[in-house]
Amino acid sequence: MNFDFSEDQRRLQAEVRRVLADYSTSPNVRAVLEGRTLYCAETWRQLAALGALGVALPEAQGGVGLGLLELCLVAEEAGRALAAVPLLSSVYLAAEALRRAGSPAQQALWLPRLASGEVIGTAALAAAAHRISTAPPPCRVGDALTGTLHALPDGMAAEICVVLAGGELALVELNGPGVTRQALSSLDPSRPLARIEFAAAPATWLPGDGAATARAVTLGAATLLAFEQIGGAEAALYMARDYVLQRRAFGRVVGGFQAVKHKLADIYTKLELARAHAYFAAWALASDAPELPRAAAAARVAATAAYTLAAEEGLHLHGGIGFTWEMDCHLHLRRARWLGQIIGNEHLWRDALATALIEEAA
Amino acid sequence: MNFDDTPEEAAFRAEVRAWLAANAQPRRGREDKFGAGLDKPQYLAAAKAWQARKAAAGYAAIVMPKEMGGFGGTPAQQIVYNQEEAKFLTPDRVFEVSLGTALPTVAMWGTPAQKVKYLASAFRGEHIWCQLFSEPSAGSDLGNLRTRAARDGDGWVINGQKVWTSNADIADYGILLARTDWDQPKSKGLTMFILDMKAPGVEVRPIRQASDEYHFSEVFFSDVRIADADRLGPENDGWKVMMSALMKERFSLGENFSGDLYAQLIGLAKQVVWGERPALEDPRVRAGIAETYLAQFGVELIVRRGMSAISRGQSPGPEMSAVKLIGARAFQTGGALAIELGGAEGLVAAEALGAQWRLPQLLWLAAPGARIAGGTDEIQKNTIAERVLGLPGELRTDRDVPFRALEG
Repeated sequence: MNFDFSEDQRRLQAEVRRVLADYSTSPNVRAVLEGRTLYCAETWRQLAALGALGVALPEAQGGVGLGLLELCLVAEEAGRALAAVPLLSSVYLAAEALRRAGSPAQQALWLPRLASGEVIGTAALAAAAHRISTAPPPCRVGDALTGTLHALPDGMAAEICVVLAGGELALVELNGPGVTRQALSSLDPSRPLARIEFAAAPATWLPGDGAATARAVTLGAATLLAFEQIGGAEAALYMARDYVLQRRAFGRVVGGFQAVKHKLADIYTKLELARAHAYFAAWALASDAPELPRAAAAARVAATAAYTLAAEEGLHLHGGIGFTWEMDCHLHLRRARWLGQIIGNEHLWRDALATALIEEAA
Repeated sequence: MNFDDTPEEAAFRAEVRAWLAANAQPRRGREDKFGAGLDKPQYLAAAKAWQARKAAAGYAAIVMPKEMGGFGGTPAQQIVYNQEEAKFLTPDRVFEVSLGTALPTVAMWGTPAQKVKYLASAFRGEHIWCQLFSEPSAGSDLGNLRTRAARDGDGWVINGQKVWTSNADIADYGILLARTDWDQPKSKGLTMFILDMKAPGVEVRPIRQASDEYHFSEVFFSDVRIADADRLGPENDGWKVMMSALMKERFSLGENFSGDLYAQLIGLAKQVVWGERPALEDPRVRAGIAETYLAQFGVELIVRRGMSAISRGQSPGPEMSAVKLIGARAFQTGGALAIELGGAEGLVAAEALGAQWRLPQLLWLAAPGARIAGGTDEIQKNTIAERVLGLPGELRTDRDVPFRALEG
């Protein structure tokens, strides 16, 4: 039994970590946070140069020909470094949808450019279960697409978008006719959202059962996001740990107080639980196991809980200084919230987990 | 990343499986137990007979060296054996302390004569061992123990009391931690002994637990004599001997804290009606089932990570310390969820309500003990904070004070 990543995979992870430490710095992430750029282009270029964007894509389509396990470790490092890049949109969603279900022409046209980072993609793969706005979602009219996406990640930066419309997947060029985009200010501006209106926007359609593809890609994205979340949670945990070891009050370091120690132990425990479920989901994803629906849902719920706790309590453990703009605590707080509900919130996924368990029990 | 055996593990598993199939009954269901219908003496006799057969095949002490009566195998082989044995009806708990901590400690610290005298016969199940550590004033703070071992000629005289001793009522021997030097600080003046539980002056009184079960005893010592030949390890080095005993528990990785309570909850929530609908359709019930799964299967996955490390020849990582915290709490909340489902009727005991309610009720009743035994939740959190996260230890005012000065 080796319920762990291999040494080669760990080496790749270490390489990604090193590069992100150099490029996904706090000032670079804040350039996106403060709206000076749509994403951290230098970080994106460096990830592309490492092959990290195409790590799960076949070599024939410009990828590296490794697999989803390697992509999980890229995700963990991106989470740790608060990378302000369109990994979810372009790599976990758009490229994965095209890799799984694109026509040969669609794959040949887009996958090499997604792998090189030259083109950014995004996707809307779920009929939103939770909605505030009432404008109708995209639907197919002839070969074109009409309707509204209310909060599309990287909607301004992306060139193409894969959209689930009535059980089919459309591929739309966002710079083309019939598309109106509007940047939205949001709670985590380091990962920008946009409102997109399609008015008879020309689309090409992915062959096959679009709903099934969307579901498979979404389970993969849940797994990959869980790795981003555990990376972020671990960063927030150790940032708080380092701070309480240095901050003194009442004549000693505050890290010596049991209330503080137990809070950090609680974060660690939630993180290790999330890590265990994330590894299981990675295994299920990479080996196409029938356990994937419950494994991915469990990873998503556990990782959301872990990052939320680590970000909230990590800020709290810093005391007043943690509540300043200058400290990175709020970057984690914002990112944990964003990652925790961008492809459906914790409640939705917890219920999906219950459904999967009940189906397995039947 | 995979859950497959190495070729060596697969070969060993096949060998073990064949032996078990020829020597034990397969377990058919959750309620299927070894020795059902036997009274306690009959059960013990059957358990000892099973252990003797296991020893003859070499599986009684897999990681022990051959010259001590063991199999000379690897921790990975021990895990493979445990996994396979769990699929058969074999005795529960009887030899857990013997094989898990007491005998490995004798093997590590014993004199050649002690090893010859005690090990092989215990591997064969002829003797059952217990460990006599905790006391009324020494639980989490074990170094505060007060049982006295006083020099008397070429031996020792023991007076005092132990508590929460598993298997004391059936044990033939125990490893006993007692205070031999009252002028040294608390953990420094302790010595480990091998105690004959049948010696004059040893009195065992079972404890009726809050769960109305009897898994532990109090043990009282009145002028109990122990020969110096039965001292285990150097005088006043007992703390080190005790720590090595607890380290031996690393091969039991906390599998006891996994389980499938979540699957049982699904069955129960299908059956119970809320309003006019099955309780299983209620989002709060579904969320509770999902959370129980996250904890229980999470524990199983963490254990598998530990096993993978062992399989690679490494030690399990610090993540193992979270297992008991997560698992014991899941017994409490998952058990309570099951009992809650039925409202007032859910309060009826399983004997009257139906066998499917037995395990959730049992887990809920046992959970408070699980959160205390083997290190309370708070001690576990301190361990994680200090050993894993590198935070400072607790302030201790008693560490360097002669124990005599702490009394009163």
